[in-house]
Amino acid sequence: MQVTSRRFKEGAHDALHDKNIQQAFSKVKSGFPVARAKSASELPEFEELRDSARDLKNHILENLDYYLEYFEEQVQLQGGRVHWCSSYAEAREVVLHICREAKAKTVTKGKSMITEEMALNDYLSEHGIEPIETDLGEYIIQLAHEYPSHIIAPALHKTKDQVTELFHENHGKYGFNERLTDPQALVNEARSVLRDKYVAADVGITGANFLIAETGSTVIVTNEGNGDLTQSLPKTHIAVSSIEKVVPTLEDASLFLRLLARSATGQEMSVYTTFSTGPKRMEDIDGPANFHVVLVDSGRSDLLGSDKQDLLRCLKCGACMNHCPVYQAVGGHSYGWVYPGPIGAALNPHMVGLEEARHLPNASTFCGRCEEVCPVRIPLPKIMRHWREQAFETQVTPKPERWGIGIWAFFAKRPKLYRLMTRVSARALKLMAGKKGVIHKLPLMKGWSSVRDFPAPEGATFMEQWKKQQREGK
Amino acid sequence: MPSRDKIFSRIRHNLGRGPLKEEAANALKTRIEGHAPHTIPKRTDIPHKEQVDLFEAKATALAATVARLNALEDVPEALRDYLAAHNLSTKVKMAPDKIFDDLPFDKTPMLEITRGAAAPSDEVSLTPAFAGIAETGTLCMASGPDRPSTLNFLPENHVVVIRASEITGTLEDSWARLREKFGAGNLPRTVNFISGPSRTADIEQTLIMGAHGPRRLHILIVDDDG
Repeated sequence: MQVTSRRFKEGAHDALHDKNIQQAFSKVKSGFPVARAKSASELPEFEELRDSARDLKNHILENLDYYLEYFEEQVQLQGGRVHWCSSYAEAREVVLHICREAKAKTVTKGKSMITEEMALNDYLSEHGIEPIETDLGEYIIQLAHEYPSHIIAPALHKTKDQVTELFHENHGKYGFNERLTDPQALVNEARSVLRDKYVAADVGITGANFLIAETGSTVIVTNEGNGDLTQSLPKTHIAVSSIEKVVPTLEDASLFLRLLARSATGQEMSVYTTFSTGPKRMEDIDGPANFHVVLVDSGRSDLLGSDKQDLLRCLKCGACMNHCPVYQAVGGHSYGWVYPGPIGAALNPHMVGLEEARHLPNASTFCGRCEEVCPVRIPLPKIMRHWREQAFETQVTPKPERWGIGIWAFFAKRPKLYRLMTRVSARALKLMAGKKGVIHKLPLMKGWSSVRDFPAPEGATFMEQWKKQQREGK
Repeated sequence: MPSRDKIFSRIRHNLGRGPLKEEAANALKTRIEGHAPHTIPKRTDIPHKEQVDLFEAKATALAATVARLNALEDVPEALRDYLAAHNLSTKVKMAPDKIFDDLPFDKTPMLEITRGAAAPSDEVSLTPAFAGIAETGTLCMASGPDRPSTLNFLPENHVVVIRASEITGTLEDSWARLREKFGAGNLPRTVNFISGPSRTADIEQTLIMGAHGPRRLHILIVDDDG
């Protein structure tokens, strides 16, 4: 997909002034995080499970080649096919090839972030195959020609009124001409429209939350049941997955399942967790006759052994964005690529290039909430800091910013000089503030003081006050 | 170089090693074959009777409905009563499983029973569960020629029969039962874990039931524990 991360500042500015976006994203706070906290508190073993999940993911990554080979062997034993793709382009071609073999006119799709990364829908459309998203949120944004603003709630930025209009514009051809405003009625209408699509589709494409090495299974987790209809009705099922999703055993998957839904929506389990293994069996009376697993690397293996390897532990639960004050303020699209929020700020620079995504690691207050709630304890702030350092070192950071940081570093490395400067500035700022104790306008920092006052220091620096207190204390 | 080789060589290069030595690979194989569980939540560490109660409470909290029956032969009447109470179609698509072969549907002549995989026009399905998970009120459904998995998703109303003895504590118990039945390393084509009826919150984060799968999930627990 088109990367627009370079425009982060403009995007964030627009989002802050968009009433719909503000309304939608400010709601996040009172929804997902509250539900997560409740379900975590109801499971005394939750923190212990998070430690085990982190350790297990690390173990998998250290032995990724072994588990992937084991998985491949099991898929083949069960009658499925595995396709290895080192790039998005290759993965798109493989999927198209399978669709053409199946003489597909339409394909239904379950929710999948990797196919968003690959921009698969556009590619299939360009080649004469109609992709139909079946997750309600994905369906809505497909109609709107947009991309997800949240990894588990893709249409989070859409208001009900916008959905009403989208359905009204697009469902007339199916005989639905009424302008519906009730959410239940909207869901019912989408349900009816998509029902026929499931049955007519020649191929069903899903993602995978996990790949099980032990059994060669692919696993999807949904609440709507769309993924299951997608993968059980058409003759061909393609599961597209990135390579780091493999887990050794069913018991290992169970560990992650206890964390995934709780971290995401606060559910103990999502409504449907489905393990698909091979094509339908000889005597089965339903299920797909062909089962393909498309494994995509596209940059994942390059994270191994790097200071950002921990990113590969991600379960794609969305907890980090649900708890992020920056995400809640600027929404998902500002981040300019598939992954928004803290995981996007840490991952996108690797996936689309630091130059393109250099603003993202700066879009953080480093409050640390993301790391606190991450089910696999990814140190997101630390990784963002690494990116900031790398941006400075590789001169991706623009010159004025680099000079500023350079001047600061000059003083920071000379403690005596630094203390002198802070003593002088603290007093100067106090003078500037006068009796009110606040500064309305700061020279060179208009961006900061144009929207809020700067509380002025009280005169003495922290170090001075500390020393004084120590003296008086004794 | 084919992509498969490229990916594996990059993985190994970045991990700073070649292919795993035999000893290390054997240890991982043993780990898979041993499939040891991780920490199991203590909430299910209770007598079986209480596990069945926990299953019912959890399933109900997920917006499923539950009825307790004394015997399998009570299923037809329970099904009839449920459909009548919700004013639902009396046409039922029933799984071909032999556990249903001897159900006394002669007692419920108003029910029209057909058997097979789900068709788009089916409104009600009746299927047997493979296991129940007390921990979360989750049903485990294993597909097979006599248990087509489309019955779990296509009809709007899904009625599931589970014997109390099939209800166990955890997900891990289901894996043990599946391995026992299908052999280690094998699963049927589709294993569905179902926790309540279908739902979505994709429109303004408002919870709506019946997104694509069943709107209603009704569970008949047959007490066979004695």
